[in-house]
Amino acid sequence: MHAVVLLKQVPDTAEVRIDPKTNTLIREGVPSIINPYDAHALEEALRLKDKYGGKVTVVSMGPPQAAEALKKAISYGADRAILLTDRKFAGSDTLATSYVLAKAIEKIVSQEPVDLVFAGKQAIDGDTAQVGPGVAARLNMALITYIERVEEFNPDEGYVVAVRKIEGRKEYVRAKLPALLTALKGINEIRYATMPDMIRAARYQPEVWGKEQLDVEEAFLGLKGSPTQVWKSFVPQAKARAKVEMLTGSPEEVAKALVEKLVPLTLIANK
Amino acid sequence: MPEKFDVVVVGAGPSGLAAAYKLAEAGLKVIVIERGEFPGAKNVMGGIIYKKPTEAVFPEIFKEAPVERPIIEQRYYFLTDTAKIGFSYRNPRYKEDISGYSVFRAKFDRFLAKKVQEKGALLITETVVEDLIVKDGKVKGVVAGRKEGEVLADVVVLAEGAHSLLAQKYGYQKPIPPQNLAVAVKEVIGLPAAVIEDRFNIEPGEGVAIELFGKATAGMVGTAFIYTNQNSLSIGVGALMSDLIKRRIGPNDLIEAFKNHPAIKPLLRDGEVKEYLAHLIPEGGYKGIPKLYGDGIVIVGDAGMLVNSIHREGSNLAITSGALAAKAIIRAASQGDFSANTLKVYEDYLKESFVMKDLEKYKNAKDFLEQNHDLMTAYPDMMDEAFFELFMVDGVPKRDKFKAIKEKALSKRSFWQMVKDVYGLWKGLIR
Repeated sequence: MHAVVLLKQVPDTAEVRIDPKTNTLIREGVPSIINPYDAHALEEALRLKDKYGGKVTVVSMGPPQAAEALKKAISYGADRAILLTDRKFAGSDTLATSYVLAKAIEKIVSQEPVDLVFAGKQAIDGDTAQVGPGVAARLNMALITYIERVEEFNPDEGYVVAVRKIEGRKEYVRAKLPALLTALKGINEIRYATMPDMIRAARYQPEVWGKEQLDVEEAFLGLKGSPTQVWKSFVPQAKARAKVEMLTGSPEEVAKALVEKLVPLTLIANK
Repeated sequence: MPEKFDVVVVGAGPSGLAAAYKLAEAGLKVIVIERGEFPGAKNVMGGIIYKKPTEAVFPEIFKEAPVERPIIEQRYYFLTDTAKIGFSYRNPRYKEDISGYSVFRAKFDRFLAKKVQEKGALLITETVVEDLIVKDGKVKGVVAGRKEGEVLADVVVLAEGAHSLLAQKYGYQKPIPPQNLAVAVKEVIGLPAAVIEDRFNIEPGEGVAIELFGKATAGMVGTAFIYTNQNSLSIGVGALMSDLIKRRIGPNDLIEAFKNHPAIKPLLRDGEVKEYLAHLIPEGGYKGIPKLYGDGIVIVGDAGMLVNSIHREGSNLAITSGALAAKAIIRAASQGDFSANTLKVYEDYLKESFVMKDLEKYKNAKDFLEQNHDLMTAYPDMMDEAFFELFMVDGVPKRDKFKAIKEKALSKRSFWQMVKDVYGLWKGLIR
């Protein structure tokens, strides 16, 4: 089994603040993490490796410091890490990003076959959920989104079965290999790296691929290759403070008073 | 089979990083294990790093190190309940010949660690060293709190900080009594640079350090501080744990009272608290220093009680001790002998350096201050009353004023007591 996991390094949004003047993220001093959806995708891939043997390759496109996210993935047990970084990649939207990622996967496939590509459903700093499907489309791969787990992996017959979690139900979807799966958050418990893996990661230097190492056309890269651009972003003003009203009296009286208040607001049915 | 290194360094603070830097530079195979998310994440100090001792170990580091402001003015304030009596020394020459900078440890230590990695040392974060591997009384490595956590080494550099849990577990350090530990609480208070420069009477690119005594610590043995950063102030109060316990005052109450002192409040006005930190400071002084070496082990920095509390110095002692430990280990490696007998030279190096000379000089200071608690408040109060009278222009002849001041002072503290105080201060602090 050879799985490629696409990782994005993102600012830890739990600690991110917005600059009120420019309406952009204040990134200074904010710790970077592996996008949580991607971390669970990686864990799912590592579990397959534990079960079936094989190899996990992690790939990230981003600035040079994204190497840290890749090294972290190595400490969890990934075998190979590739950083896609180049000034020409800067400013990419989801179309240009999926182009570079797809080209990188093509190159990996030319070196050794790939059975599965994993990605997080979306990144917490962009929330588009477009890159995973974009890569699958470009590579003409089967796509299963919103997966909760891989139910079955059968390389001999060339298929995978994954469980999708969707509104009110679950779907078991079978797809032929190679397939791309996008993972939900919180679906598995991310492992605690062993000491030898921590040491291996500390030593590991991810391979760095730029424009020159990939078979790409410059017109499709970065800002040039991005038909969408963020035109404006703003922080919504907080609405007027909610009114707080204390109801007093016996429980019956309070309940009655509450119902009388909620009915006109059509928050509950009037029966 | 666990991997074997030449040296395991426990803790990525200034002492551990200094040791690792020198060891890696000498070509030894070094691994640094840090419990925080990154070096500096859990490290706390008031906020001044000294340029010269740091550069002695990390050459030219300040060409790119993340620092806030060089300190060009040192102020000392003695506080009573309402008054402030101050002394200050300011000289812009400190901008050319820099002594110290205000810094944030979270940024600075991370930067130092990067330099250490560039020298070839491995850095492992988010990993607690839970135990030492000891065979026949010889330290052979550490056990990290992860699966397959054993890491072997010829020497362990214990730079585990003030808590010194492993040093205590293996009997190098005795359990530290509360009178040998201070608790310091610190807040980082955000203010625009221009406001800081106006309020502290400095130009852009200049900084002030203020040390405060007396009621600043509610009369406990300790100090308070205010340091100017680029866009914030580092303020804090530290006092001996034994005093806090005795007086049943929490460190948080201490800093709140400090912030609300009439002489301090206007300095902090409109500031926004950005960080709250608390840490232990080992203040056992010279007499509290544990055994600093053993078979396959050396102890550096806070874990070795190497803190000069009288001069609020710690990071410089830590860095120097780390570098000297490295020197001893490099020598031991050339002999292929890591026994206590060989590593003992680390202690000799320390004794030849300012580290032990300074600590030895103040070996009686803490005892003196502890036994003379009232000094912390009696003299500021006395001076307060004297100055208040002196500066009150009210038609009373000066001769009468001085007489009244003298009588009032002598009614509070006898002449002989004052002579004793002065002698004690001279003996404990100056001599």
